[in-house]
Amino acid sequence: MTVMTVNNAPCEINVSRKENALEAAIVGDWVLDAEIPDLEAVLAQLGEGTDIKRLVFSTKALGRWDSLLMTELIRLIDYGAKQGIQVDTSTLPEGIQGLLSLVYAVPERVGARRQEIRTPWLEVIGQGGLRIYKDSQALVVFIGETALSVAALMRGKARFRWVDLWTYIQDCGPSALPIVTLISLLVGLILAFVGAVQLALFGAQIYIADLVGLGMTREMGGLMTAIIMSGRTGAAYAAQLGTMQVNSEIDALKTMGFEPMEFLVLPRILALILIMPLLCLYADLMGIVGGALVTVNFFDVSLVQYLDRTAAAIHMADFSIGIFKCAVFGVLIALSGCMRGMQCGRSASAVGDAATSAVVTGIVFIVIADSLMTVMCNRLGI
Amino acid sequence: MTAPCLTIKNMTMAYGDFVIQRDLDFTINRGDIFIIMGGSGCGKSTLLMHLIGLQHPAKGDVFYGEESLWQADHKTRQRILQRTGVLFQTGALLSSMTLAENVALPITEHTRLGSQRIREIVSYKLALVGLAGFEDYYPSEISGGMQKRAGLARAMALDPEILFVDEPSAGLDPVSAKLLDDLIRSLRDNLGATIVMVTHELASIFAIGTNSVFLDPETKTMIASGSPKQLLAESSDPKVIRFLTRGETESRTENATENQETCDL
Repeated sequence: MTVMTVNNAPCEINVSRKENALEAAIVGDWVLDAEIPDLEAVLAQLGEGTDIKRLVFSTKALGRWDSLLMTELIRLIDYGAKQGIQVDTSTLPEGIQGLLSLVYAVPERVGARRQEIRTPWLEVIGQGGLRIYKDSQALVVFIGETALSVAALMRGKARFRWVDLWTYIQDCGPSALPIVTLISLLVGLILAFVGAVQLALFGAQIYIADLVGLGMTREMGGLMTAIIMSGRTGAAYAAQLGTMQVNSEIDALKTMGFEPMEFLVLPRILALILIMPLLCLYADLMGIVGGALVTVNFFDVSLVQYLDRTAAAIHMADFSIGIFKCAVFGVLIALSGCMRGMQCGRSASAVGDAATSAVVTGIVFIVIADSLMTVMCNRLGI
Repeated sequence: MTAPCLTIKNMTMAYGDFVIQRDLDFTINRGDIFIIMGGSGCGKSTLLMHLIGLQHPAKGDVFYGEESLWQADHKTRQRILQRTGVLFQTGALLSSMTLAENVALPITEHTRLGSQRIREIVSYKLALVGLAGFEDYYPSEISGGMQKRAGLARAMALDPEILFVDEPSAGLDPVSAKLLDDLIRSLRDNLGATIVMVTHELASIFAIGTNSVFLDPETKTMIASGSPKQLLAESSDPKVIRFLTRGETESRTENATENQETCDL
């Protein structure tokens, strides 16, 4: 076992003619790191227009051997078979004969090998279109199924474990507080700085409070919370459900008479819908605190003034809009996370794909929904 | 054929304070098909983890030939383990790669062969386990038995001197299980490798095992070792006998002769 660095005898293959048989003498150590001779010379002798009928081997001077020799032998044998030459392997060492018989024991299954097919670009575009079509179909189906399970919940017939709901609420609520705190505080801070630079030109630093207050409550609080939760909870949902799919847990639930949409998806969606408005409110507060930190410390506004101005600037409607938006985002995050999880394939990489696509889908949905709602609020004058 | 290949000296395995098995002492000889057997939860797979360098023993050591596995530094350990191959229970193929890429992975990493040569070796290895032509398939596209055989092809990619096999027949139908057993045996015969196999499939144990160790979960140590057939015929330990006869102790003699016959075939 300790023999590691032995000098390998150089490997050679020498051919000699004996009437209409070709004898290939295999010499030396045929191991993976050896320099191997070119087989082309041997193959050429067996090539077109040859009168050789048999190929025999002589292995008297063969030293150590491994997969390298095997691949070369297989090449010779396959080539010989193609040329209609009889290959006599009976003089090879027993081990090699055994391996060869294993190799040729199971003939290659017809049609198993895959040819690389080049797809024309038009087909690529067409396939892409079809994929989008199928994706949107799946989305509509998923939304429909979710609606049905919500209806079942309303009638008190949905079956899931309430303890699960509490676990999910714990997971996406209190556990998310540190990251929400950090991000909202920093967003409030950034808003204050960006605004202050402009407002200070007019000596109107006091209006930083308006900017931060309105910006956070109407828009940024909800949006930032949604983006955090999409990366945190949406991805987690997709990975959880995806892994359950891989382990056949979802199939198991089905056979036990549970509807996966009710048992797995519904509590997750409920948890996010319940928690998102609260998180949004908390993010608003943190943003305003962040703005106050900057304004009070750098721009000669007292804390009382800042708070007073904030109270005057933001109204209940601003809060309600922000919170409503955030609840909508919650539904979208939960939907995209659960949908990608349920659609997951059955391999480890499929789970990764599901998580990635859950976050991407979630963020796309959030931004589209946010734009729509902002335009609507603007038109309605609220 | 009887040179010691792997020696386990006075080894204790534990998770924290929880001892799995203690005072393991046995030798695996070159060319053996060595069976690690015992009931569920006795630490068979944990023992395998210790042998292949994935888990540190609480006490004692594993010797590959003369070299200690756990006293060695990281580099030496890598070098020792490069001469081994492991077939995991579920194949453990990387799902994002095709079968060919899976088998080629250790070859590209540890040798300096050209891509054409690697392709030839990969085809040879896959043909060896009866998967010729399946190079471009992903693990999720083939059956469990095929995944296991592909896992075997990957384990053998670098012509290992010792092949570790974890529960080869778990989840396979009896015919596929037997074919896999035969494959493992003929690989041992033709390559001169040593096989270390964790299993509790009696059929496999008697069909291909040449030496074995029996781990007992209650006393937390090995209570028997030797050729499985000999154990069945000669052991006086009721636990070993119950295991080897599936609890049907009275059928011991019939079973022994029956197994003798199947093995002679």
